[in-house]
Amino acid sequence: MADAATHAHDEHGKPGFFTRWFMSTNHKDIGILYLWTAGALGFVSVLFTVYMRLELMEPGVQYMCMEGARLIADPAAECTPDGHLWNVMITYHGILMMFFVVIPALFGGFGNYFMPLMIGAPDMAFPRMNNLSYWLFVAGASLGVASMFAPGGNDQFGSGVGWVLYPPLSTTEAGMSMDLAIFAVHLSGASSILGAINMITTFLNMRTPGMTLHKAPLFAWSIFITAWLILLSLPVLAGGITMLLTDRNFGTTFFDPAGGGDPVLYQHILWFFGHPEVYMIILPGFGIISHVIATFSKKPVFGYLPMVYAMVAIGVLGFVVWAHHMYTVGLSLSQQSYFMLATMVIAVPTGIKVFSWIATLWGGSIDFKTPMLFAMGFLFLFTIGGVTGLVLSQAPLDRIYHDTYYVVAHFHYVMSLGAVFAIFAGMYYWIGKMSGRQYPEWAGKLHFWLFFIGANLTFFPQHFLGRQGMPRRYIDYPEAFAFWNQLSSYGAFLSFASFLLFIGIIAYTLLAGRRVTENNYWNPYADTLEWTLPSPPPEHTFETLVEPEVWDKQKAH
Amino acid sequence: MAHAKNHDYHILNPSVYPFLGAVSAFVMLFGATLYFHDGSPWMALIGLVGVLYVMFAWWADVIHEANTGDHTPVVQIGLRYGFILFILSEVMFFAAWFWTFFKHALYPMAEGYPQVMGTWPPEGVEPFNPWQLPLINTLILLLSGAAVTWAHHALVHRNDRKALVRGLATAIVLGLLFTVFQAVEYAEAQFSFSGNIYGATFFMATGFHGFHVIIGTIFLTVCLIRALKGDFTPEQHVGFEAAAWYWHFVDVVWLFLFGAIYIWGS
Repeated sequence: MADAATHAHDEHGKPGFFTRWFMSTNHKDIGILYLWTAGALGFVSVLFTVYMRLELMEPGVQYMCMEGARLIADPAAECTPDGHLWNVMITYHGILMMFFVVIPALFGGFGNYFMPLMIGAPDMAFPRMNNLSYWLFVAGASLGVASMFAPGGNDQFGSGVGWVLYPPLSTTEAGMSMDLAIFAVHLSGASSILGAINMITTFLNMRTPGMTLHKAPLFAWSIFITAWLILLSLPVLAGGITMLLTDRNFGTTFFDPAGGGDPVLYQHILWFFGHPEVYMIILPGFGIISHVIATFSKKPVFGYLPMVYAMVAIGVLGFVVWAHHMYTVGLSLSQQSYFMLATMVIAVPTGIKVFSWIATLWGGSIDFKTPMLFAMGFLFLFTIGGVTGLVLSQAPLDRIYHDTYYVVAHFHYVMSLGAVFAIFAGMYYWIGKMSGRQYPEWAGKLHFWLFFIGANLTFFPQHFLGRQGMPRRYIDYPEAFAFWNQLSSYGAFLSFASFLLFIGIIAYTLLAGRRVTENNYWNPYADTLEWTLPSPPPEHTFETLVEPEVWDKQKAH
Repeated sequence: MAHAKNHDYHILNPSVYPFLGAVSAFVMLFGATLYFHDGSPWMALIGLVGVLYVMFAWWADVIHEANTGDHTPVVQIGLRYGFILFILSEVMFFAAWFWTFFKHALYPMAEGYPQVMGTWPPEGVEPFNPWQLPLINTLILLLSGAAVTWAHHALVHRNDRKALVRGLATAIVLGLLFTVFQAVEYAEAQFSFSGNIYGATFFMATGFHGFHVIIGTIFLTVCLIRALKGDFTPEQHVGFEAAAWYWHFVDVVWLFLFGAIYIWGS
């Protein structure tokens, strides 16, 4: 099989469609595949949120009815609230975003494409296994989608237990849906673990001659640290959800007190993975933002080494703070105090990063191109999310805020706004490099402003709702919460419009965007190795390894 | 490849196995779900066959590449890194099972928990005597690990093919013996897998370990076949080294299981 493929390759110069995209061993092609798939799943996941915000726009249930889901409210027709449909929406929004959109886009997509380029490696360490990671991710996503349409709880389709899959809900829900969702997470986990092994080995073993660890670009470092988090935390989750599976199907009692088990144990295992997961999502974003800010401030990034070790510290601390998600399950006071203190410590390395970015901006000649706008948006939103995170790290305050919209607002500021803004910054920063065509600047800026206003309009009012006491995960709410909910829904629609605009921009760029002729179409401060290559780069890059003269600006010492 | 490659890294040809493997995994797990819900097991089994075929064919390719010079010294270093990282992820997988064991052994559930603690082992559970079969199994597994090291030294220091084969064969036989004894022990268990936390933690932790012993035994058997066919030199034997590391990892997990679940936990 492999030999036949080689022949086809040699004779025509270019591999066939199936060979190129289904049998790929090329990190750039696999990165592109990751980005497309994550984008498509992201679109589905965003559709869910738009539907949820539509339902929440006004008190009462108008759209998710037992009589059939509606897109247009009909006051004349009867509507019995369909809570299961609501639960399914929140569950799959979470599962898709956490496992199948953000990490595949940042780690699988940009990580695959740019980490090897930045360190001057000809490909990944295990190019074939790299493709296995991608296809296992697709297989996992397919199981996830299948789970949505499989018989689930309440004699309806899909599972409605929330993305965290807490027992006893997840162990008692009927139907196949939950089992398929568990297997989906298993496959996605296997995919990520193999990817992590690949990234770590590539980073350690394949840096170009002279590129010591302390000279590797920040994005490459961020992928390296993310890979460690994945490698060490995902197997633990795999164990935990295997326990769910045996509890559901083989009568074990890991999480069932009737047989001596403990449902809170699941929460510990889940969050032992789940908290590092938060950093897996945000660390590659940190890497992208560092390069974007340095490029468009026309200054080298401020405090390179502290930036690296701040990421290392965030990675390490990410493993010892998990129970701050569980202040209300009956932890002892000393446990709560420990997790509270440990959590607050994370503000230190995060602060180092934020202030170093600001110091990079300081005195720079700032050019507000679209990637830079998104990086500024990231800085602003991530800082807000970080500050509300500090509020929530306080066990006594969390007692009040737990499971309210305050928490929803907090983690969407960090993830949906932080990580997603980083994804967009990366897209606009690198799309010319990946496709050989540049996006129209005005459209990118319009996208930014629509999304920035839309996202803030969506999530900022949710802080107020949380403070008023509105619980999360409910299909309906009393009249008192109507005002801010309505604003929040308008924000969601605006964000969705900006997403449609983004799809248009991508389509236009790929089909008719201005061709990029320079290797480095930004400025000399975009100084990592991918900018020494043509746009798009040839199929095989760095066939002759680059010499330090090409990239090392500090060779003097 | 059309272009000149001026480095020692391994650039691979396209391969259909990753795609095929992922499709098989999907079929296997979807089939397993059907099977859990009173369907027939066939779909899961077909998927399993696909997964096993892909493993076989893929690793056959890897061995072929190793024998035709693709595994330069720097690629060998990468393969070693990769395998150590894989073992590390396996360690974290077992962390989940030890976590559930220690949680329930240290803080057993009872009516009125957490103010009132239960007992461990839970009432009515008759655990194994660790100083009978489990102790013998410990010795068997340690001996097996020593045999692998014997084979390793024979290869690296003297390129003694005979001792290499003998060491591997001894390790494999001892590994099989361990599996048989473990099966005997399971058959004699006075507690069941379902319905109680002791059985759940015991069988899942030792069961996953047993599964890893079987994988390790197969891995060593592949190495034995390769050794008989003349593979492995004192300079290049990544596959053998990986099998040996894996076997020692399985050993160490067992020591923790033996110390924690069998001795301390009874």
